[in-house]
Amino acid sequence: MNTATETAGTKEKFIQQCEASILAEAPFYFNKIKKEAIQRFDQLGFPTTKMEYWKYTNIQPILKPVYRMPERIASDKLTKEELNKYFIAGFDATVLVFYNGYLMKEHSHLNKLPDGVIIDAISNQFNNPLFQQHYAQIADDTKEAFTALNTASVNDGAFVFIPENVIIPQAIHLLYLTDSSDGNTMTFPRNLIIASKSSQVQIVESYHSMNTNISFTNALTEILAEENCNLDYYKIQDENNASFQINNTQIKQEKNAVVSSTTITLDGALVRNNLNFLIQGEGCETHLYGLYLLNGKQHVDNHTLVDHALPRCMSNELYKGIMKEQSTGVFNGRIMVRKDAQKTNAFQSNKNILLSDDAHVTAKPQLEIFADDVKCSHGATTGQLDQEALFYLRSRGITKEKAQALLVHAFASDVVDKVKIDKLKINLLHLISEQLNHHF
Amino acid sequence: MTSEQELLEQVANSEYKYGFVSDFESDAAPAGLSEDIVRFISAKKEEPEWLLEWRLRAYRHWLTLEEPNWANIHHPPINYQDIIYYSAPKAKKVLNSLDEVDPEMLATFAKLGISLEEQKRLTGVAVDAVIDSVSVKTTFTAKLGELGIIFCSFSDAVKHHPKLVREYLGSVVPHTDNYFAALNSAVFSDGSFCYIPKGVRCPMELSTYFRINAANTGQFERTLIIADEGSYVSYLEGCTAPMRDENQLHAAVVELIALENGQIKYSTVQNWYPGNKEGIGGIYNFVTKRGICAGKNSKISWTQVETGSAITWKYPGVILKGDNSIGEFYSVAVTNNYQQADTGTKMIHIGKNTKSTIISKGISGGKSQNSYRGLVKINKKATNARNFSQCDSLLLGDKCGAHTFPYLEVNNSSAVVEHEATTSKVGEDQIFYCNQRGISTEDAVGLIVNGYCKEVFNQLPMEFAVEAQKLLAISLEGSVG
Repeated sequence: MNTATETAGTKEKFIQQCEASILAEAPFYFNKIKKEAIQRFDQLGFPTTKMEYWKYTNIQPILKPVYRMPERIASDKLTKEELNKYFIAGFDATVLVFYNGYLMKEHSHLNKLPDGVIIDAISNQFNNPLFQQHYAQIADDTKEAFTALNTASVNDGAFVFIPENVIIPQAIHLLYLTDSSDGNTMTFPRNLIIASKSSQVQIVESYHSMNTNISFTNALTEILAEENCNLDYYKIQDENNASFQINNTQIKQEKNAVVSSTTITLDGALVRNNLNFLIQGEGCETHLYGLYLLNGKQHVDNHTLVDHALPRCMSNELYKGIMKEQSTGVFNGRIMVRKDAQKTNAFQSNKNILLSDDAHVTAKPQLEIFADDVKCSHGATTGQLDQEALFYLRSRGITKEKAQALLVHAFASDVVDKVKIDKLKINLLHLISEQLNHHF
Repeated sequence: MTSEQELLEQVANSEYKYGFVSDFESDAAPAGLSEDIVRFISAKKEEPEWLLEWRLRAYRHWLTLEEPNWANIHHPPINYQDIIYYSAPKAKKVLNSLDEVDPEMLATFAKLGISLEEQKRLTGVAVDAVIDSVSVKTTFTAKLGELGIIFCSFSDAVKHHPKLVREYLGSVVPHTDNYFAALNSAVFSDGSFCYIPKGVRCPMELSTYFRINAANTGQFERTLIIADEGSYVSYLEGCTAPMRDENQLHAAVVELIALENGQIKYSTVQNWYPGNKEGIGGIYNFVTKRGICAGKNSKISWTQVETGSAITWKYPGVILKGDNSIGEFYSVAVTNNYQQADTGTKMIHIGKNTKSTIISKGISGGKSQNSYRGLVKINKKATNARNFSQCDSLLLGDKCGAHTFPYLEVNNSSAVVEHEATTSKVGEDQIFYCNQRGISTEDAVGLIVNGYCKEVFNQLPMEFAVEAQKLLAISLEGSVG
């Protein structure tokens, strides 16, 4: 582990680490993008709470520890048993295991896939023209410092390419494991997912810690959903309660594409998700679901943007949160309907339950509408569990805690029910029950 | 209904009819802002030392601030050294009756349909008419005086009730609050002051009309209303401004204080000159309005109809400090042509069992931008706080924008906060329904828009509701395609 220096966590320190991450074996174009991103990150600097976009999330705790950027290790240093417990039970998926950000092919589980499908580490695909064509094209790193930081530091991640008219029957699971047993660890996972015309795929991205030390994950996923494709995207964040995560997702949708995104945050000290949808085709359908179950001193901030640029699209958003103890939840949902996006239907709803007087929630649903022939609405509510429902359960001999857990479970189910993969749904419900038993 | 239709037709194609310049001498300070100007204003108004100090403190603080840029509005930079900060009609001897008022000024009021004479006789409304910066005529003071109600110009209040003014001035909107509040605190010229003593229910609607008159004069009004324990007052503020081509700055501050069981109802109809159809000219209306429900069971209600101004930047708020206090905000904001409005409210819940209601209706037409920006904050100690917000936007053209930026900050688990917002255009099916019953499209839109705003108009006192409907019609003129 590095010895702590005064420059810990400053921009300069991060830039040094970015520069150190440049690999000689990576192709010229990749390193060029990286160098440009370093410059942009240098210009942007870390955001502060004085910026409207970061008003409710202070990133200073992330910058306090000193992190090391882990090296790639040989796969035989890890055992199947160690990793298998993070696999979703009974889930017949193609699993890519990333250990501290690097793909462990030997420990991954690759199903037989139709011709032309690529599911691989980006470090193996540097020279693939398909990768070169789309890499760093969808996410905009000119405004968001952590997008730039990811591009500047990245060394590995997943590249998923689904060719035209291909339907992938089993889901693809990108499993990110952080092992900070050697000291505070920081990783920069980077995914590029291309769903070509009329393809269909389900992708699960999950983040876990292998121990209780501090880690910082700055992830970025770029998704291109081409014409008529159907894509389900799930993000499950279940790292330890000392971990920090900044997760950027940028999705571009083309004509008649149907994309559904589900973000479930179960643990983590400070989690910030920026989920941006750019709708650049007519007749698209977009669904955004989110659930955050917080306790202790957790802080989870979900920023979503649905940018409707073309007519006849529909978007629907539902985010639900339960805050306990001293936790803080932030929801900032923005729907933008541009001038040409007539006949847009956009709906957004955010519901929160506060279970303690020390818990906080901030909701900022926003509508920005520049077209007239639209139907848009948003709603936000914050409250507590229904006292009558609680009384009803308790009058039937159910303890207060149990009754609370039941009601919270029901509240959370609204979002979990949207999960279309049965095995994943069962697993999530199980995780939620466990957490409720543990903390609620 | 016929009257409403007639109204719509009557105003169709009519230019801004309240645009005229009255010609009386004004006694203006040189343009620009400096400590000397602040001293000049204070000396001119024969103010006590403490008030001058207060102004100077605000001025020095203002120098350290930067103009805010977070609002969803765009305008060329304002040159604060180009503005005349003080302008008053030439002082005359104390007036005893209306006959002594400058006839030209009376004529101005007559054109606006608010003849003091008529108001006095027929409606029983006490009018504290403010032309530019100095209060010219105060009616009904004697009648109100019997009840112990103080309703006078701000400068009179400073002279005759310095204790009250000193106690409450800046207590709700401190000079450090924001850029425009600091500016106002430094250079405020005049305004209205109102004090309702304990247990008194003010028998009439108090009203004041503001007019910006001399060219290049920013108006910096300061209104202070105090409702003592168990009292009630309804206050009306209406604005019209003459047509003019340079943009004029209006940065007012309104402070309301409601003590235990006190109630204040504050209604505004604002139709400052919005600029012409090309977006040239018009008033910049950057106003800080805030009330505090300081005592238990107190209530403050804001109702506003905003149809004018090139730019509106205004967030009437309520600090709900007393237990069981209630804050309300009802708003209709109409923008047309190149108007920009960024308006909403702030409800800060501090006391227990506090309630707030927000109903905001935005209507945008032409190439205008209309934003709702509101904050609902539930403090940690505000047990059982309740908020309901509804923000609807109606779009009347394909070149305008409607935006909603609510901020909900909840720090107490027993709080129930609800926010709803919708954006849509006037339904084609609704128009079709009207058309098939022989109502023209233009009338149908008028009808539908009026119905859409009814919830807010119902909150207005009778005479204001009528004026509000007129203004709505004027503002929407030409926006129906």
